[in-house]
Amino acid sequence: MMNRSERPIALALRGLAKRFDRLAVDALDLTVYGGEFYALVGPNGAGKTTTLRMLVGLLRPDAGSIDIAGIDALANPVAAKQITAWLSDEPMIYDKLTPFEYLEFVAGLWRIDAGEAEARAHELLGWLGLAPHAHERCEGFSKGMRQKVALAGALVHDPKLIVLDEPLTGLDAGSARMVKNVLRERVSAGGTVIMTTHILEVAERMADRIGIIAAGRLIAEGTLDELRRQTGAAASSLEDTFLTLVAEQVAAE
Amino acid sequence: MSHPATLAWLGRHEMRLGWRDWLSLMTAGRRRRGRTVVIALIVFVAFMHLLAWSMVGRYASTGIMPDKATLVMVSGTLLLSWSLLLSQAMESVTRAFYARSDLDLILTSPVSPRKVFSVRIARIAGSVALIAVFLAAPFINVLVAFGGLRWLAAYGVVAAMGTCAAALAVALTIAMFRTIGAKRTRLVAQIVAAVIGATFVIGLQVAAILSYGNLSRFSVLQSDWLIARAPNVESAIWWPARAVLGDPAALVAVVGISLALLGLSIAVFAGNFGNHVVAAAGVSNVPVRQRRWGQRFRRRSASRVLRHKEWTLLRRDPWLMSQTLMQILYLLPPALLLWKSFQGGIGAIIVLVPVVVMAAGQLGGGLAWLSISGEDAPDLVATAPIPPRRILGAKIEAVMGAVAMVFAPFIVALAFASAWAALVAGLGVLVGAASATLVQLCFRTQARRSQFRRRQTSSRIATFAEAFSSIAWAATAALAASGSWLALFPAIIAIGILAGVRLIAPPPSN
Repeated sequence: MMNRSERPIALALRGLAKRFDRLAVDALDLTVYGGEFYALVGPNGAGKTTTLRMLVGLLRPDAGSIDIAGIDALANPVAAKQITAWLSDEPMIYDKLTPFEYLEFVAGLWRIDAGEAEARAHELLGWLGLAPHAHERCEGFSKGMRQKVALAGALVHDPKLIVLDEPLTGLDAGSARMVKNVLRERVSAGGTVIMTTHILEVAERMADRIGIIAAGRLIAEGTLDELRRQTGAAASSLEDTFLTLVAEQVAAE
Repeated sequence: MSHPATLAWLGRHEMRLGWRDWLSLMTAGRRRRGRTVVIALIVFVAFMHLLAWSMVGRYASTGIMPDKATLVMVSGTLLLSWSLLLSQAMESVTRAFYARSDLDLILTSPVSPRKVFSVRIARIAGSVALIAVFLAAPFINVLVAFGGLRWLAAYGVVAAMGTCAAALAVALTIAMFRTIGAKRTRLVAQIVAAVIGATFVIGLQVAAILSYGNLSRFSVLQSDWLIARAPNVESAIWWPARAVLGDPAALVAVVGISLALLGLSIAVFAGNFGNHVVAAAGVSNVPVRQRRWGQRFRRRSASRVLRHKEWTLLRRDPWLMSQTLMQILYLLPPALLLWKSFQGGIGAIIVLVPVVVMAAGQLGGGLAWLSISGEDAPDLVATAPIPPRRILGAKIEAVMGAVAMVFAPFIVALAFASAWAALVAGLGVLVGAASATLVQLCFRTQARRSQFRRRQTSSRIATFAEAFSSIAWAATAALAASGSWLALFPAIIAIGILAGVRLIAPPPSN
């Protein structure tokens, strides 16, 4: 197993800033390595979603740089998007398309070879338990099924970096496990995942490293053990560690 | 203060919801717009009174006799207005079935569904009657001001027409539910509503063209043929017209009948309304399978993939299709006039050119909204590795392609009558649709496709700019088709509107 510092950098954010009516992201520096599962946690309004939306090109930062696998995402967004996938907590899919047609559409947008994309689509639909519904329109699907279709769309073009914003919100236990397995599998295969979550247990179990963000700044980062060491409570859960670090940050302000 | 869960209490609740819904429709959900909306309403009301004075002022001062010709004319106009009210009422009833909003809460509460839906049907009737009164008020006020207080009776007739339309709409929609089922009713009721709204106007125009060779609906209502065949003046069929003209007995009868119809509709249907709502709730859970021939991935460019997606979504949504293509229904009379005018020279054909251009502008604007603002997966498209200009380009191509497909047969038919008129109409269709698309592009906001009917409320400027640019291009086409250099003036106005739109358009949010 390669040491973290020996791995290529999959994502590097430097001095990233965004202001709406208040400062949402404040000179954020963040590095995620190839083949790493990185969880970004923080209280409501901490700037997690804004950060992710900037890195996938949905928001333009006021300052800073975004580097995805060596590509300057602000200077060359098309090349950066080619290797990135985005999945939000509210799956946005087309009600009048079937999952199969949706994946064909996504593959077309990412200009993936039709034969290759079709084989991958069949594989993903099978993995996610969507094969029996592959030719049904999505309009009658439950939230969990819609999220799975959107996840299949995010994976069909074989991205190097997968960016997920609360992907497990509203999913039942079975669907959540399926999604977690698929993501872990991608990481095992060399992909990189950065994900926000409110479910600290998920971050604790799945993430190689966890970043804690508050008031738009990264206040702590590391493996669970490294975070525990920062709070001085070696046996505490991520929840305790998180609450302690956030409380310290609030007190410092 | 009324007691909770009584009819009066539920009525107050419905009125509050109705008021807030109206307010939100007027201000597009922005409270700061309140003052602007009030000023706009005052200007609109003043304009409508001026328009009404120019149209009916002379009748008020000279007096109207209830002879057969007058009764035919007034009744025809009432029937025409009533068909629009019935259309509006059917829309409201369908929405009451399918819009979930508070229905889950209501149906799981211990209040009797009969009571709740009695109030809801009454609210539909009330809102339809209010709209009718609001639109008729300028005409009635002018008649009262110049013709005397007897014209106040017209308010009663208009309110009765609204009530009657709501009662019939409830009966019609529930009859559809029972015969064709919840799933089909959703679509069919909305199409029927739109067709009812358009059919009477179009029907009269078609009759006018076939009989008299022009587009005026009044040609039929004023024809000797119709007056000779109409029932005599004592017939009960003229009661609404007589009531409008100030006959108190007729007014009492008309209002009484409308209230009885509404009461009957509530008594018969309110009890089962809840069951139909529950049936409607299950509609979206029925899976729709697509045919298997499209099972293989096809090799396409990103632009083609986007265009294909737009067309597929439109083709698979019959409701949206019916809404966007409804303008085409209005092309039926001009098409008939075209056919009738093949032997009558170029004069009548030139009249058709602006109609076609205007319809293309409206269709282009609707499709552009669906394609650009009504993108259901905006994040997916925005994060795809395609330059934003190319994405917009593909969407514009999808809109223009659809407009071209719809209007091409008409232009080809026109070419057989006059090549010049066809060329002008063809160019007008493209320019009109492109202009409407540009307006939508400048004022794009993210919205769900299901909000299509409310798209006008998100930006009044966009709505007016789209309408005025279509009108200006239609005028340009009309003058160009007749060979006049004056066509340059409306063209300059249209270009000015588009330039203004680009100047004042909000910057893209990011």
